[in-house]
Amino acid sequence: MVGIVLVSHSKMMAEGAKEIITQMIGDKVKIEAAAGTSDNRLGTDAFLIEQKVLEVFDGDGVLIIPDLGSAVMSAEMAIENLEEPARSKTYLVDSPFFEGAIAAAMEASFGKSLEEVKKAAENTRGMNKIA
Amino acid sequence: MYTDCILGKDYFYQVIEKIAGLIEEKRDYLTELDAAIGDADHGFNLSIGFREVLKKMPEWKDKDIKGFFRSVGMTLLGKVGGAAGPLYGSFFMKFGEPGSGKDEVTFQELFEMFKQGVEAVEQRGKAILGEKTMVDALRPALNAFEKAMKENLEAKQVMEAFVDAARQGAEATIDMIAKKGRAMRLGERSRGHLDPGAASSTMILEVFLDCFPF
Repeated sequence: MVGIVLVSHSKMMAEGAKEIITQMIGDKVKIEAAAGTSDNRLGTDAFLIEQKVLEVFDGDGVLIIPDLGSAVMSAEMAIENLEEPARSKTYLVDSPFFEGAIAAAMEASFGKSLEEVKKAAENTRGMNKIA
Repeated sequence: MYTDCILGKDYFYQVIEKIAGLIEEKRDYLTELDAAIGDADHGFNLSIGFREVLKKMPEWKDKDIKGFFRSVGMTLLGKVGGAAGPLYGSFFMKFGEPGSGKDEVTFQELFEMFKQGVEAVEQRGKAILGEKTMVDALRPALNAFEKAMKENLEAKQVMEAFVDAARQGAEATIDMIAKKGRAMRLGERSRGHLDPGAASSTMILEVFLDCFPF
């Protein structure tokens, strides 16, 4: 199953998103939060992201969803630090953080491929919340 | 040219120690610059990163120049937290590359170190000149270094030209509209403020001149 890593500056934000998603989709979905610095400040940590990717990687791939700014750069550095086979099967997606995460987790739980999971997250850009 | 200008590990150790001290001293100033157009953490984050570098430096005494700067970069990457972590992390990790297996480098190799470091920042941040980022200090500095070397200026003068160009480049960010980072969201309102990344980059390059032994 494709794993998902939520990269946020805030541990509370990423853990909160994970909590909602796990409740909606079930705890079989492989989702981890890599958020905040090692000394509990707001920020992102490339080494923590790398570690969380390896925790959810089972061979099918991992989708990283960043919140903003340096989360993207830290995630890119984490991917570059990874070794194969995880490295070429870890994608970073440009999507809304929470909506993208739910859509990706849903697709992943259906056993979809990494490409399909990434596409699902991307498709939430510009999504209507109010009909 | 520059055959006598050999820079040993002691120079680089001194530079990093001095940068760490300077970042501590200028912490609040850098954070104030960042408060105006960013997220008010630049000085604070950098000081946390460099404090850790200072603490761990004694363990790196036996490393070659590449290994030393790789450790500096990895420590900043792991500790800083904000955008400066991946950016300065990339800078120092690449900066050391030409010093692989070496305890000293030539002046040409020092240029190569800066070249790799600056290019790493440009690639990591996907930034080009004129976007109100640290690239606006680093890129002109690197170009000035190359030009001064081609004109056969003495090593010290090359370093002075390098730092002058960084200062002018940083100064020029005041009139720029930000195209990267959080300041980008401010649009026109980002004008009139010195970019904190360009300011810290200039400070760092100044240390390379201050400690320069020739």
